[in-house]
Amino acid sequence: MKLPTYLGLLEKSESTLAESFRQVARGHGHEPDVHFICQTLAAQCDDHQQALKPVLDRYGEAEVDDEPARLHADGLSETRSGPLGLLRDLQDLYLLASLVDITWTMVKQAGQGLRDKELLDVVAACDGQTTKQLKWLSTRMKQAATQALLIAK
Amino acid sequence: MVDRIAEIWGSRTPYAREERWPVRVDQVLAEGVQESEVQRWVQSACVLCSNGCGIDIAVKDGSMVGVRGRSMDIVNHGRLGPKGLFASWQGMNHKDRLTKPLIRENGVLVESDWDTAMERIVSRSRALLDEKGPLSHGFYTSGQLFLEEYYAQAIVGKAGIGTPHMDGNTRLCTATSAAAMKESFGSDGQPGSYVDIDECDAMFLFGHNMAETQTVLWMRVLDRLAGPDKPRIVCVDPRDTEVARHAEVHLPLRPGTNLALMHGLVRELFANRWIDEDYIAAHTMNVEELRATVEPWTPEAVAETCGVAAEDVRRAAEIFGTSDRVLSTVLQGFYQSSQATAASCAVNNMHLLRGMIGKPGCGILQMNGQPTAQNNRECGADGDLSGFRNWENPQHVQELADLWNVDAAIIPHWAPPTHAMQIFRYIEQGSMEFLWVSATNPAVSMPELPRIRDILASESLFLVVQDLYLTETAQYADVVLPAAGWGEKTGTFTNVNRTVHLSEQAVDPPGEARSDLDTFLDYSRRMGFTQLDGTPLLDWKGPEDAFTAWKECTRGRPCDYTGITYEKLRGGSGVPWPCNEDHPDGTVRLYRDGIFPTDPEYCETYGHDLLTGGTVGPETYKAMDPGGRAIFKTAPYHPAHETPDEDYPFRYTTGRTVYHFHTRTKTGRAPQLNDAAPAAWVEISVNDASDLGLGEGDIVRVESRRGHITAALRVGDIRDGTLFAPFHYGYWDQGGTPAQEHRAANELTITEWDPVSKQPVLKNAAVRIEKIADGTGPSLAPTTTASRPATHKPADSTSQTGRDSGESRVLPPGPGQQPAHGHGRRSSRRILPTAGGSAAQATETIAPVEPPAVATKEERA
Repeated sequence: MKLPTYLGLLEKSESTLAESFRQVARGHGHEPDVHFICQTLAAQCDDHQQALKPVLDRYGEAEVDDEPARLHADGLSETRSGPLGLLRDLQDLYLLASLVDITWTMVKQAGQGLRDKELLDVVAACDGQTTKQLKWLSTRMKQAATQALLIAK
Repeated sequence: MVDRIAEIWGSRTPYAREERWPVRVDQVLAEGVQESEVQRWVQSACVLCSNGCGIDIAVKDGSMVGVRGRSMDIVNHGRLGPKGLFASWQGMNHKDRLTKPLIRENGVLVESDWDTAMERIVSRSRALLDEKGPLSHGFYTSGQLFLEEYYAQAIVGKAGIGTPHMDGNTRLCTATSAAAMKESFGSDGQPGSYVDIDECDAMFLFGHNMAETQTVLWMRVLDRLAGPDKPRIVCVDPRDTEVARHAEVHLPLRPGTNLALMHGLVRELFANRWIDEDYIAAHTMNVEELRATVEPWTPEAVAETCGVAAEDVRRAAEIFGTSDRVLSTVLQGFYQSSQATAASCAVNNMHLLRGMIGKPGCGILQMNGQPTAQNNRECGADGDLSGFRNWENPQHVQELADLWNVDAAIIPHWAPPTHAMQIFRYIEQGSMEFLWVSATNPAVSMPELPRIRDILASESLFLVVQDLYLTETAQYADVVLPAAGWGEKTGTFTNVNRTVHLSEQAVDPPGEARSDLDTFLDYSRRMGFTQLDGTPLLDWKGPEDAFTAWKECTRGRPCDYTGITYEKLRGGSGVPWPCNEDHPDGTVRLYRDGIFPTDPEYCETYGHDLLTGGTVGPETYKAMDPGGRAIFKTAPYHPAHETPDEDYPFRYTTGRTVYHFHTRTKTGRAPQLNDAAPAAWVEISVNDASDLGLGEGDIVRVESRRGHITAALRVGDIRDGTLFAPFHYGYWDQGGTPAQEHRAANELTITEWDPVSKQPVLKNAAVRIEKIADGTGPSLAPTTTASRPATHKPADSTSQTGRDSGESRVLPPGPGQQPAHGHGRRSSRRILPTAGGSAAQATETIAPVEPPAVATKEERA
C-alpha cells in the first residue's frame, strides 16, 4: 500500500508550505496584508499537520526508498524584494499550495477506497482551507500583477 | 432658546411606538441677524455627518447667515445637531478659504490662475500617460462631494484615463458597511430605515456611538426612550458613551475582539432556538457553516476573550432573541477594528437567523460616516463599479461601456479597483506618480502619519489637491485648486438610509473657487477624452445633466434613481431609493419579500472568503446557486495582530467627539464648536491613572511602534487597559505641519486593513504612556459626552494615595459662574462643564406642523 507515502508527502508539503508562508511574511513586512495573512495561513498548515498525526500513526511511516522524492518541492529559502519580487514569491507559494491541494485530493481518493471515516474527516476539515489559501494567493497576485509587470520600478 | 453646545440633543419630544416622531424645528442665525432680515431660505441637506438632515440655508446680502431644519424632511423632522447648526455655514464663511488656484514655484505654493493651474495638471497628466500609461494615475476622493461630481470623476477615471486606482476616504469610513451588505445580500443597499426607530422594541448599537456621530438620529432614540413604551438598548463599546449610559446591557469589550463577541451572540440564538427555521430554509444559505463556526463561543469563552461578563452576553442575546422587533446599527467600532467585515456580517446574520429584515422595526442600519459616502459607493469613484455593478461580470462592464460609449477594454476590470492603502503603497514604491486628492485630508486621517507624510512628500509624486482650505495635505501639493462647497453649488446626495436630497446653490463661491464638477469637466475637456464616435466623453453643462446621465446608469440596478428628478426633490424633502415606475415615491425598506440581489447575473459581487479576502469567483458562486437567498458569511475569530505586550502595554483606540467632524476643516472654524473642544486629549481609566500616578490634566506622551503624541490627560470612564484619543486634531491651526509635539491620533495607528473591505484598522494598536509634565489645569475634553470625567472611583482605594479623586468631578455651574469657554477652563483643576453660552443659543419650535410621512404606498399600507 502506497498511502503512507502520500501521507508523508502531504505532511512534508504542509510543513514546507508553513515555513514558506512564514518566510514570505517576514520578507514582506511592508505589505501588511501579505505579512499578516501569511502568518495566519502558516498556522493553518501547522494545524493540518497536527490533524494528520493520528492517521499517520495508524498507517505508519513510508519506507525510505519508497518515497517519491521527486514530488517534494523545496520551500522558499529567501524572499525577493520589490513589486516583482512579491509577485514571484506569491507565485512560489501558489505552486507549493497547489502541491498540497492535489495531494489532499489523492489522499481523499485513497480514504474513500478504504472507507476510512477518520481520514475523510481530516481531509474535509483541511482541504477546504487549502483551497481558500489558493484563492487568496490568486486574488492577491491578480491584484498585484498588472502594476508589477507593466510599470513597477 | 437653548444652548446647543451644553444641550447637544436639545429638548425632548417624547413619542410612543408606532407614533410619528414629532417635529421640532431648530434654527440659528448669525449674531445680530433677525429672522425678518433673511432674504431667502434655500433648500439643502446637512453635510456634517451621514444622517442627511434636511436643512434650509438663510441668505442675506449674498451670504449664508444661518440655518434651520426642514420641518417636512423625512429624516430629521426639523432638527439639527450642533455641527449642522454652527459649522455648516460658518465653516464655509471663513477668511481662510482658498480663492485662487495655487501652483508650486521653487518649492513654494504661489497664487496663480485657472488656466495656468489646469495646464500644469494636464501637461503632467499627458506626459505620464504617454510615458507610463494609465497605471501611473490615481484619484483619492471623499465622502463630501455630490453625486454628480463622483459620477463625473468615475467616468473620467474609468473611461477617460482607464485607471483602476480610484478610491475615496470612504475607505476609512464606510467601506465595511458596503462590504458586509455585499457579502450577505449580494449588493450594497441599506436594508432598514430610520423609521424603524419609531417601531422597534429593542435597539442594538454595535460599535456605534450614535449620540456623538449622528446626533439627530440619537434625538429620535432619546424621544422614544422618553416615551411610554421605550425600546431596550444594548450597547457594544469599550467606552462609557452616552449610548452606554442609556443601555440596559453595556458590553465594554476589549478593542479588537468584536468577532468573538458576535460569535457568542449568534451561538446563543442557536442554542436557545431563537431562530426562525422557516425563514432560514426559504431565504438563506450556509446556515450549517455558521453554526459550526460559532460553536466554540460559549458565553464563558466570550467573557475570557472579550473581557465582558458572561451573564451580560446571555442577557444581550436574550434581548435580541426574544424581542419582537429589533433594530441594529453598526459603525466604526466594528468597521475600523479587527475582522471588520466578518464582525459586521455577523450582525446581518443575527437578523437573518430571526427573519428580522424588511419588516417594520426590524431593520439593519450598516451606517456610513460621511454625508455622501453612499454616492461614492454608488457612482464608483471609489473601489466599485458605477451602479453597483460587478467588476467580475463582463456583461456589467459592457453595460457601462455602452452607457459611456467607450470600448469596454478601457474600463479596468481585471482585478478589484485599487483600495486607498494600496494606492499610497504604489506611490511609496514610485510606480504611481500622479495623485489627485479631492475634499479629503490624508495627512491627518490616514493611519501611521509619519509614513503618509513621507509618501505625500515623495519627489516622484505630482500631487493635485482640490479643497476649501489649505489643509495639511494641500501643503504638499504641486497644484491646489480652490473648491466651491456646500451652499455654493447645486447637486444631490444620499444618506445612510438611501434618502436622496437636493442641495441648491445659495450663494456664490468666494473668489475664483469652482465646483468640483466644473473642475472634473474642465480636466476631461482639456485632456481631450472622447467617446467612440469622437464626441467629448463628458459634454454635460451642469449638475442636472450629470444627474440625468446617472439615472440611466442606475436603471434596473438596486440603486434605481430613474423615478427621481430635481423637480421631484424640490420643495418636498427626501426620497429613498429605489425610486422607479414600481416605486414612484421611493422605498422605505429593502427585502420585504425576502428576495435578495444574489442572483449571479445581478449581484454586485461574487463574494470573498472573510478570513483572507480571497475571491469566491464566478464559477464557484454560480455553483452555489444562491438564487435570491441571503448568504450567511462568517470566519473564525482571530486575535488582533497588534496586542499589548511588555513594551506597549495599553490598547489604543481612536474616535470622534460630538463637536468636530473629520479633521476640523469646518468645525474648527465654527467658534462655538472650537471652544467646546479646542484641543486634543487622551483618555485613561480611573484605575490605570491611579496605578500609574497620573492625574486629570497631566501632560502625557503616548507612543506606539510608529510614532508618538503629546496631549493632556482626561481621566474618564473608559475600560481599564485602554487609551483613547480623538482623531480630529491635526496641524493646520498649529502652523500647518507637525512641530516637535505631535497631536494627531493617527501618528500611532497601524498600517493594516480588513482583508475584505480593506478598511484600515484605526481602532486597535498597542501603546505605552508616560507623564512628561504636571498639568496646569484639567484637560479641555468635553464633559458632555463619552469624554466626560470619571464617575467611577478607583477599584483599589489604597492605590490613590496622594491623589484627590474629587478633583476630577464635574461641578455643577453655581450661581454667577460663567459657562466654560475654551482655555478659560484651564485655570484650575476644577473641570467646568462644557457650555456654549450666549453664542450657542438656538431656537427650537416644537410641533409647529404634523410630522411628515415617508411618502410611499408601503408606508401608508
